[in-house]
Amino acid sequence: MHSFGYRANALLTFAVTILALICAIASFSDTLSTPTPTSNVQVLNINRFQKKPDGDDEVSLTFNISANLQSLFTWNTKQVFVFLAAEYETPKNSLNQVSLWDGIIPSKEHADFWIHTTNKYRFIDQGSNLRGRNFNLTLHWHVMPKTGKMFADKIVMTGYRLPQAYR
Amino acid sequence: MGFTGDTAASFKSIPTRQSFTQAITLGLIVTSALIIWKALMCITGSESPVVVVLSESMEPAFQRGDILFLSMSEEPIRAGEIVVFKVKGRPIPIVHRVIKVHERQDGGEECVVTKGDNNREDDRVLYPPGQLWLRRNDIMGRAAGFLPYVGWVTIIMTEKPVIKYILIGALGFLVITSKGEENESILQVNFPSQF
Repeated sequence: MHSFGYRANALLTFAVTILALICAIASFSDTLSTPTPTSNVQVLNINRFQKKPDGDDEVSLTFNISANLQSLFTWNTKQVFVFLAAEYETPKNSLNQVSLWDGIIPSKEHADFWIHTTNKYRFIDQGSNLRGRNFNLTLHWHVMPKTGKMFADKIVMTGYRLPQAYR
Repeated sequence: MGFTGDTAASFKSIPTRQSFTQAITLGLIVTSALIIWKALMCITGSESPVVVVLSESMEPAFQRGDILFLSMSEEPIRAGEIVVFKVKGRPIPIVHRVIKVHERQDGGEECVVTKGDNNREDDRVLYPPGQLWLRRNDIMGRAAGFLPYVGWVTIIMTEKPVIKYILIGALGFLVITSKGEENESILQVNFPSQF
């Protein structure tokens, strides 16, 4: 009843239980904060807008993203993964989401940023529906905790439009 | 008492009852673990509620050895979600992020493309030849939460199976050779609800 093995086993079980409890509380503390992020995207130029040989439209664009995501960081945050997606509807598809750019914000200091870039991933449609198309640019973020539940949310920015003709 | 009584008395002195008790408690441990696993499968709705991260393709978010808790709901798949999927011909599930979604108008099929955060290219090179998109039934679950480092036990046991056999052998040896009462105390500490 009081052998070394028995005590070691009891200690280990207790330690693991307490550790799991602490992780759960840490994760719960994330739900208590209310973030207030802001963002703004300007499309500077449509560099290329063509129909590919296989029939799908492709766009290449240059844009400015400025955002302040500092309020998303808590003490339990490891990093925030942020990406910008173009979202639009076509006659065939009720929703299309194409990620144009993504980045990793490792800490709160880097969360207030401004970048000027072309799209990191190819903006290709399923089909040829992009001429004159209205689309939203949505900034999505995914908060990865040091332990526990992950949170994701987004800001939708509307009012962008592709040109009527290829160029 | 007579002859029958004497035989019955000597029969009881052999520790068969003790061995049976030990075998039953061992079986109880194994079945409890199985019940918990199956219950998790029901609660999360995914056929594999916990997975271990095996590659560095999602660093720095998920390191090798982290475990991910999955869930699966009927909600449509959206860009940004971290999903776990299996590709035909590869037995190991892959945990990557959805970067493209095209959902059909009739509220039906979605075609998605995934990519690991730390990879240069998207996952089309991993899909079987001729397959450009992943569908809903390729996806086993969405990552909902994670615990760091805990998965190393599984990785070590998979990559060096010797350790798995040693561990199981040692546990079995301990259970069988230790005295029955000590066993029950150990089980009382670990599974208080059953006593």
